[in-house]
Amino acid sequence: MATMRYQQAIRLAMTEEMERDPNVYILGEEVGQYQGTYRVTEGMLQKFGPERVVDTPISEIGIAGMATGSAMVGLRPVAEFMTWSFALEAMDQLVNHAAKITYMSGGRIQCPVVFRGPAGVGTQLSAQHSQSMESWYAHTPGFKVVMPAFPDDAKGLLKTAIRENNPVIFMEHAGLYGVQGDVPDDTEFLVPFGQAKIRREGTHCTLVAYSRGVHICLKAAEALAKEGIECEVVDLRTLVPLDTETILTSVRKTHHAVVMHEEWKNVGFGAELSARIHEGAFDDLDAPVERVGGADVPMPYAKNLERAAIPTDADVIAAVKKTLA
Amino acid sequence: MANTTIERSTEGDIQHSDLLDAYRLMLLIRRLEESVYKAFHEAKIGGYLHRYDGMEALVAGIIPQLNFPGDYVLSTYRDHAHALAVGTPAREIMAELMGRATGCAAGKGGSMHLTDPERGFLGGDGIVGGPVPISLGVGYALKYRKQGGVCVCYFGDGAMNQGGVHESLNMVGLYKVPVLYVLENNKYAMGTSVERSTSQPDFVLKAKAHGIDGELVDGMDVLKVREAASRALKHIRETGEAYFLEITCYRYVGHGIGDDNTKAWKTYRDENEVDEWRQRDPIANLYRYLEENNLITREQSDKMDEEIKAEVAEAVRFADESPEPPLDSLYENVYS
Ligand SMILES: Cc1ncc(C[n+]2csc(CCOP(=O)(O)OP(=O)(O)O)c2C)c(N)n1
Ligand SMILES: [Mg+2]
Repeated sequence: MATMRYQQAIRLAMTEEMERDPNVYILGEEVGQYQGTYRVTEGMLQKFGPERVVDTPISEIGIAGMATGSAMVGLRPVAEFMTWSFALEAMDQLVNHAAKITYMSGGRIQCPVVFRGPAGVGTQLSAQHSQSMESWYAHTPGFKVVMPAFPDDAKGLLKTAIRENNPVIFMEHAGLYGVQGDVPDDTEFLVPFGQAKIRREGTHCTLVAYSRGVHICLKAAEALAKEGIECEVVDLRTLVPLDTETILTSVRKTHHAVVMHEEWKNVGFGAELSARIHEGAFDDLDAPVERVGGADVPMPYAKNLERAAIPTDADVIAAVKKTLA
Repeated sequence: MANTTIERSTEGDIQHSDLLDAYRLMLLIRRLEESVYKAFHEAKIGGYLHRYDGMEALVAGIIPQLNFPGDYVLSTYRDHAHALAVGTPAREIMAELMGRATGCAAGKGGSMHLTDPERGFLGGDGIVGGPVPISLGVGYALKYRKQGGVCVCYFGDGAMNQGGVHESLNMVGLYKVPVLYVLENNKYAMGTSVERSTSQPDFVLKAKAHGIDGELVDGMDVLKVREAASRALKHIRETGEAYFLEITCYRYVGHGIGDDNTKAWKTYRDENEVDEWRQRDPIANLYRYLEENNLITREQSDKMDEEIKAEVAEAVRFADESPEPPLDSLYENVYS
């Protein structure tokens, strides 16, 4: 076990998998000589050389296509998007190619590719750079969608992603890169997809979240505990596949649920979560599921407006109180 | 630009007063850019922040030759200079950088999204290559309305590797629309040099491959930029066809505030290279020309500089004293 930052855990996962499997290579903008925009790939060019750590032009379509095509013939690329906002340039290669090739080929072609990079909102990056769009990918059959909240999961889930035989959307959170945690050194430490984790036990209300949302919910749960309200916090870890069973088991115990994310509330992933809970545990619910999400606006620049657009622990607390009222 | 204290040269010699205006504009850009990091470190500015120091001639040699209303400008996220050049007051720019209600985008856009449509500025764009497809549409509208007008579209050397740029340039060549492309070739896209990103670094050749004529220009010399742009604009206005200027220049500071904070730029260039380019400074170059032609004295230049510094300080004060946007504006402007 070693203590490290989320960002270092991601680097460790890639490094271990590259040492283990010569078919793994990484590519992206500024991943090599510049040492990574967020320093995630620091030192990797020096360690693995330019054939396995490929600095690309600012050409997201090219990056996505290069990764997808090389995966179709047996390599295991890990493509970095400098941020997920720029992946919008590559949407066709992602959605219409990577996600569908296995199905369209009647299962004859595999596409073991990982697309990763920072997502999330904040730090006044404004409309084009501050947004969370996991639902776009979760909505598309063929992708697995992974959003770790802690360093150990970042390592274990990314290793699983690299060994996975399907395209994986691996969304990190720029605001979590500095978060510290204990990470197993074991090079076979793999976190399976589709298994949520209970981060805090409670009996009054279930909070379902992922990525930075988990930290926000834990903070809310702590504050609520002081008032005698005990929340159970479910960290989904992967959105696709979704561990519905863990969510429902918790809701059957607490009879209340709040789902939470940073992406836009309208048609956001919380709508899917809410629907699953209503479908699977309607009779166990004492109140409708509450949703907490980002304001349905392009992210404003001004500090005060941005603060109002991003969901906080206060919003979660208010939602819990509403569902318990 | 207004309010320079230097006597205008005599009638018929319009070019000389233009050059003094260009000098003043370049100084204003430089001083404003020099002030923004301080405001960032004081937590008055957030987000990304990209400066134009060293590249001033690309704006000062071109935008003052445009007519507003009628012509349009599109730029990248490195857009403070373009806003100043169309005439957006420094105080409205500073207020936008500080996210105030009085900013030129009402505090909604920030540094990368300065906007002043009444002055022809359709905005900065945070997405690399983003302005180029838009310029095709603006150019098409100008052609469609048959009332003249040119769209000037700025973008970077790194942006030339975006797919959408090439789709659009092909269509510009095909439909023949009045756009002046200004490729701001400052040698780097973040930490990636042109040599490391671009298989065919002759950008003019690439424009020609799309049926757009163009030329290479030295962007450290505003006189050369003015001259090339003047010819290019004349050509566009007369023929209705696009033209492409690849203008060489250099950014003195890091790509953005993050790149400067950490001195990450040392991974891709050394201080000698920066110093060499600073020796060719476009503002100093123009000063020398003006002095040699008895158009300015050191004293006059210093006085102008003092006025500009006061203007920038006033802009900061104005922004400081301006209110934040009202909270109920959060949901305004999603739709018009
Ligand atoms: C589609 C897209 N990909 C990546 C980025 C991140 N990014 C912002 S600026 C930049 C470098 C652009 O370089 P260049 O076009 O040469 O313009 P310069 O910054 O030198 O003015 C990069 C990679 C982005 N904003 N948009
Ligand atoms: Mg550049």
